[in-house]
Amino acid sequence: MDLYEYQAKDLFAAHGVPVLPGDVATNPADAKAIAAKFGQAVVVKAQVKTGGRGKAGGVKLASTAEETEEKAKAILGLDIKGHIVHRVLVTPASDIAEEYYFSFLLDRANRTFLAMASVEGGMDIEEVAATKPEALAKIHIDAIKGVDQAKATEIADAANFPAEVKDQVVDVIVKLWETFVAEDATLVEVNPLVRDPEGKVVALDGKVTLDENADFRHPAHAELVDKQAENPLEAKAKEKGLNYVKLDGEVGIIGNGAGLVMSTLDVVAYAGEQYGVKPANFLDIGGGASAEVMANGLDVILGDEAVRSVFVNVFGGITACDAVANGIVKALEILGDSATKPLVVRLDGNNVEEGRAILAEANHPLVTVVDTMDNAAAKAAELAAAGV
Amino acid sequence: MAIFLNENSKVIVQGMTGAEGTKHTKRMLASGTNIVGGVNPRKAGEKVDFDGTVLPVFGTVKEAMEATGANVTVIFVPPAFSKAAVVEAIDAEIELAVVITEGIPVHDTAYFWAHAVATGNKTRIIGPNCPGIISPGKSNAGIIPANIAGSGKIGLVSKSGTLTYQMMHELRDFGFSTAIGIGGDPIIGTTHIDALEAFEADEDTVAIVMIGEIGGDAEERAAAYIKENVTKPVVGYVAGFTAPEGKTMGHAGAIVSGSAGTAQAKKEALEAAGVKVGKTPSETAALMREIMNAL
Repeated sequence: MDLYEYQAKDLFAAHGVPVLPGDVATNPADAKAIAAKFGQAVVVKAQVKTGGRGKAGGVKLASTAEETEEKAKAILGLDIKGHIVHRVLVTPASDIAEEYYFSFLLDRANRTFLAMASVEGGMDIEEVAATKPEALAKIHIDAIKGVDQAKATEIADAANFPAEVKDQVVDVIVKLWETFVAEDATLVEVNPLVRDPEGKVVALDGKVTLDENADFRHPAHAELVDKQAENPLEAKAKEKGLNYVKLDGEVGIIGNGAGLVMSTLDVVAYAGEQYGVKPANFLDIGGGASAEVMANGLDVILGDEAVRSVFVNVFGGITACDAVANGIVKALEILGDSATKPLVVRLDGNNVEEGRAILAEANHPLVTVVDTMDNAAAKAAELAAAGV
Repeated sequence: MAIFLNENSKVIVQGMTGAEGTKHTKRMLASGTNIVGGVNPRKAGEKVDFDGTVLPVFGTVKEAMEATGANVTVIFVPPAFSKAAVVEAIDAEIELAVVITEGIPVHDTAYFWAHAVATGNKTRIIGPNCPGIISPGKSNAGIIPANIAGSGKIGLVSKSGTLTYQMMHELRDFGFSTAIGIGGDPIIGTTHIDALEAFEADEDTVAIVMIGEIGGDAEERAAAYIKENVTKPVVGYVAGFTAPEGKTMGHAGAIVSGSAGTAQAKKEALEAAGVKVGKTPSETAALMREIMNAL
């Protein structure tokens, strides 16, 4: 889960990383009140989980409380790369002497963690990496030893931080590592980390990604979920323990196993090209595929108004095809009249003949059984196009 | 021969007495795996009857190995306890640890991987979040259904469980030397490259299917490895061409970040290394079929 800047900075502050004070407003009047409280020039920053806010007009300076209200009004509701701004962070404007970059992240290739640091911060770090790779220090971290004072010094030296800020930077690095580990983050990024004219080092921005697999040991992380911004179908699926991602298309997809479902999306996208239809979602119902899980899955997918047909693509492994077929039949019974879209079912694997026989016997008017994944995808695409 | 797992493998199950552990211990036994015991510190000394096969429960992996000569462990313990379970297996210096558990925090996986490296890589780790490994007709360590395909000369390595099953099913008339699901997490033990290296050296394997998916650059690195080191024919498949940027697609590691980790880049890297890449699983199987028929 990606956090908003203000949430990231709250975590930083909790772990002793220096940040500027700030408050979040969801309307211009609140933004004005926050600015009045600070009694100085402020920066109004859109809270969206994407980069490029500045260029999109999502970050503005305001010298008075009245101006803050105006700026907040302009920023709230902006669409930044598909993300609507519902909150702004109001924080005192600060002078910047120098901008640096720092992050801890997963290094998948080396199966460990990586620190990245540069004294050329402020800009897009991918651009720094591409145009001036020598300006970006990359240091591997041993997951057991972690980052102590000595390791942090090694990182700061590798990135050539100036002597006058080195002690502060080392301290920030150690505390960011504490944040990274204690919060089970997969990314902790500060861009920019700044030196102000008085020589103080501060994290001016923050980006944190948390590992949802670790939620069981972080009950407090549940409060960081932005329910308002969640897609309602995704939220509903999550409540039912389903692995669902809403996409922009017309063919609903249910399958078992993440890889098979990804593959199904691709096959449907190819088949849909000639009809102008696309997959409407990712939904992995896992190995079980019981009637209840199947019914929940269909219920979520049929709740998507864009869906015109549904492709159920199951490989019968541990749960054999006859059990899956029974699951589909019972799911349709459970859903009754709320099941309105045609279902194309492809079963393969263990007990496939028995599974197909069960569906043939049930002879449900909405269900078409097709033998192969490719042909089933073509049928589902055709039905979706016909239903548009 | 097969790789990593064969008819001489003696298998223990960590978490054998839990729901998943019980279910799959039965399945592994039914498929002919030589399971010699289980580990659960709270049930040490007990015996468990799996449809007529009575297996002892040991308090630790080390005790189980000493008593039975086990050289493989399959781990089903819940995510919160997986780190300790894998570290224990590594400390006991068991040859192979197959970690089936889904949902292990990546900091825990990074920790046990670092521990394995720091102690000299005496234990091969497969997974986590994987279906395990099967050398059909010899042994089955994990949850891959044993009745999909029999023994043969194709080697299969895949990030995805059900795509492993699908591909085994499509090529069941040829059969497999070994099929390995390496798992869909961002950090995994055994990689595509490790499996490719072992299949290249395995005299029972004549051709290799490699299945990848979005996220990371494991497929690109495997492509570079194939170009330099693999002489046997390799056919590839990559899932996730239509996955949107920034969304996790089921597997914790399956995410396109910015321009990194796309299926297109992986496909291009594999093709540049001379690997034929199928557009769909069926087309991939057809490519392998052509190769097997020409051999």
